[in-house]
Amino acid sequence: MTDATTEPVLRIAAQSQGYWAGVWRRVRRDPVTLVCGAILAALILAAIFAPWLGMADPYQGSMIRRLKPIGTAGHPFGTDELGRDMLARLIHGGRLTLFLGITPVVAAFAIGTTLGLIAGYVGGWVNTIIMRTVDVFFAFPSVLLAIAISGALGAGIVNSLVSLTIVFIPPITRVAESVTASVRKLDYVDAARASGAGDFTIVRVHVLGNVMGPIFVYATSLTSVCMIIAAGLSFLGLGVKPPEPEWGLMLNTLRTAIYVNPWVAALPGVMIFITSLCLNLMSDGLRSAMNVRQ
Amino acid sequence: MSANDLGLPDKGGPAQPLVIASDLTCHFPVRAGAFGPKKVVRAVDGVSFTIAKGETLGVVGESGCGKSTTARLMIGLIEATGGKIIYDGQELGADLSLRELRRGVQMVFQDSFASLNPRLTIEESIAFGPKVNGVDPAEARRIARDLLDRIGLDPARFAGRYPHELSGGQRQRVNIGRALAMRPRLVILDEAVSALDKSVEAQVLNLLADLRRDFDLTYMFISHDLNVVRYISDRLMVMYLGEVVEIGSAEALYERQAHPYTAALFSAMPSMDPDARTEVPPLAGDPPNPIDPPSGCRFHTRCPFAEEVCAARKPQVVTLGEGHQVACHMHDATSGHGKAAA
Amino acid sequence: MLGYLLRRLIYAVPVAIGVSLICFLLVHIAPGDPLVAVMPIDATAEQEAEMRAVYGFDKPLPVQFGIWLGNAVQGDLGKSIATGRPVGAEVARAVANTLLLAAAASVIGFPLGLLLGFMAGYLNNTAWDRAITALAIGGVSTPNYWLGMVLVIVFSVSLGWLPSMGAGPGGSGDWSWDWAHVRHLILPAVTLAVVPMGIVMRTTRALVADILDQDFVQALEAKGMTRAGILRHVARNAAPTALSVIGLQLGYLLGGSILIETVFNWPGSGYLLSVAILQRDLPMLQGTILVLAMFFVALNLIVDLLQSVIDPRISRA
Repeated sequence: MTDATTEPVLRIAAQSQGYWAGVWRRVRRDPVTLVCGAILAALILAAIFAPWLGMADPYQGSMIRRLKPIGTAGHPFGTDELGRDMLARLIHGGRLTLFLGITPVVAAFAIGTTLGLIAGYVGGWVNTIIMRTVDVFFAFPSVLLAIAISGALGAGIVNSLVSLTIVFIPPITRVAESVTASVRKLDYVDAARASGAGDFTIVRVHVLGNVMGPIFVYATSLTSVCMIIAAGLSFLGLGVKPPEPEWGLMLNTLRTAIYVNPWVAALPGVMIFITSLCLNLMSDGLRSAMNVRQ
Repeated sequence: MSANDLGLPDKGGPAQPLVIASDLTCHFPVRAGAFGPKKVVRAVDGVSFTIAKGETLGVVGESGCGKSTTARLMIGLIEATGGKIIYDGQELGADLSLRELRRGVQMVFQDSFASLNPRLTIEESIAFGPKVNGVDPAEARRIARDLLDRIGLDPARFAGRYPHELSGGQRQRVNIGRALAMRPRLVILDEAVSALDKSVEAQVLNLLADLRRDFDLTYMFISHDLNVVRYISDRLMVMYLGEVVEIGSAEALYERQAHPYTAALFSAMPSMDPDARTEVPPLAGDPPNPIDPPSGCRFHTRCPFAEEVCAARKPQVVTLGEGHQVACHMHDATSGHGKAAA
Repeated sequence: MLGYLLRRLIYAVPVAIGVSLICFLLVHIAPGDPLVAVMPIDATAEQEAEMRAVYGFDKPLPVQFGIWLGNAVQGDLGKSIATGRPVGAEVARAVANTLLLAAAASVIGFPLGLLLGFMAGYLNNTAWDRAITALAIGGVSTPNYWLGMVLVIVFSVSLGWLPSMGAGPGGSGDWSWDWAHVRHLILPAVTLAVVPMGIVMRTTRALVADILDQDFVQALEAKGMTRAGILRHVARNAAPTALSVIGLQLGYLLGGSILIETVFNWPGSGYLLSVAILQRDLPMLQGTILVLAMFFVALNLIVDLLQSVIDPRISRA
């Protein structure tokens, strides 16, 4: 190994790049992540702009056109048990399912990161209180906890959001705490303290930037779980109420149709599966692009 | 606020030692399990020394002897459980706040990578200290660029780089620059060159010598490598299990190692001369656990000259020559040790 | 070692109390007067007064919690609003069926997940590895309630090989190991096994690939150890982590079975829960969740203890 003063400049000068530039460069070379990102973007855009895509009314059914098979003229994905156009309902269904899958993770990310940062940075009895509480919530399997809280609060979109957020705060807090505690031990935090910086400045400049990556990657890996549980709550009748189009609820109401037109009944699940697969693959891609160890 | 307001002005004059540490103690409570008995790690146990203005004090000892803990005490990263730190005549906690102390004392850590924030460019890392102390950003940037130049890294090429784009030696230069940005008078170098290749180590040592002269610095140089310590230090302090066993000028200690532990350390040092044989047996085994340090002289469990008195009583500090002090019964005529000089 | 076991046991107590506190609070976070939540809609004033006394709703919350916990410890989980029968007995029967389903899913999912994960990790970056990894990520991404429906469509509706509902002739509570019953178990158990299998596969793959990368494996190779010997070393090193993942996934089986049981009308705790939710039978909901969560706490405890047996580093730390 040679030192700067004697070493010829092997690197082209001023090629320095920040962390995010490096991440983007690695993502760009990863076709799986790019394709998944494109599919997710398409699903999200279609969900957002569903009302303006000129599709059939997802609420308006017709008793004479019930449970038409896939490929029916005018209904490429058939119709549901009330004769509503499946394509329109699948596209519109993405609005609630994606919303219920992503929002709780975002909220839990904000709350869990804050709690974990505090617990990990302050340590001591503050850490004990926060982490022991988290342990208690960890004693519930996530699906069970979501069903317990939703079951007590009753059905509804807001209640689903609340219960799912509560479910995902503990795991994110745990990751945030352990990452923060390990960053806090690094010499550059000591060096910053030695230069007289206050705790708030140290957290903002030196801790936050270095813990956000791993927590973010972890949170993205929870999004698919969250969406599956959210749709599962609706499937149990605990989430979205009819006649709203939502993939989990659609699966539930179409269950009776599996003897008549099974493949139409399975379609909402296909949407959940594709979305969740893309979310997981993208999260894996981000993990390796961001150099986060599991 | 400009750069000149950083650091602390001289108060006590040249005769006043820059640092007087007296009876410094740092005990960490530990528990063997949640219900185990409470125990205490005596990481630093009654350490006293002075560092004169402009000198370099070398600190040596095996890993776990309390070198690094002493360093962290001196800069307030750990709170002492006892003892006093007097900086330029002002006592920490009485006349001097921790914040003020930190403007006079800075530290360079061993791990050059872990001591730089990977998300900041090296310029930002160096400018951070002045910025949080109220220097305006443009001025802090200027300080950083000047220092980069001074430590041998061309600002035009290096200022915007991230730590992972530098070699180990370059990173350690940055860490030195970061410490100097605070305009300290004392820089603690905690194994600062230990992780570097030998050729790079020599360059960094030369840089340190230059900087000491140019910035009028005082160093506390901690290392386990006696060759390096000897090269840079004016005085040496030898620590064993949280205590100072011997302290004196580098030449004096080189000529005569009064404490058997010091002698063992020096004899373990590979000599350039194959005919230079050592008479002292090398140290065997590991240092005992600082949770339950041995009674009396802590070295007696490994000392080839140990007698009953060594296990029974703690040795007094004996002055041998000018500034050469040792804590060993063999040099205390009143101790009753068989080898004690009458 | 013994000290560690004891500490781990004692540590489980506050967690268990915390878990029961959350279960207790479920009734109180329900909208409206908690009494309304536990009362039949057509209750008379006398019944109301009786219920108020039974649940102690006139007392402060901590006292109520104490009473409730005391009853729960003695197996009294209150009465179902829908049926009027004691919750404890109903839950006990249902949980037995759930455990049967979870055990069957474990037998299918874990060995397969471990085996395939080990293979993928050992054959790192080969076509086998990629195929197994794809299978694993597909499994992890599957909404299992949908997979259940698809399996029903294929094996019950189209092929007619296996039944789609229930736990065999005679309904619940009289399980026996004959084909008439076992054929009911196959589809729900396979459905339930898919997600944990995927997770175990992924973890094992990463673990094994990681261990094979370590210096000590090269040292073993260098000193001429056989491939089987090296694999044994790898397996020993992977075992503690793999075990803890399996433990967590056992808990997932308890949670995941709720949806699966609904799909297959399997008379277990999940089915009980979904009925309780439909009827807003809060005591039933509360009791079932308490029992399932306690199972999970006990499970984690057992896994931790087992782990400390096979991994000496843990108890010494």
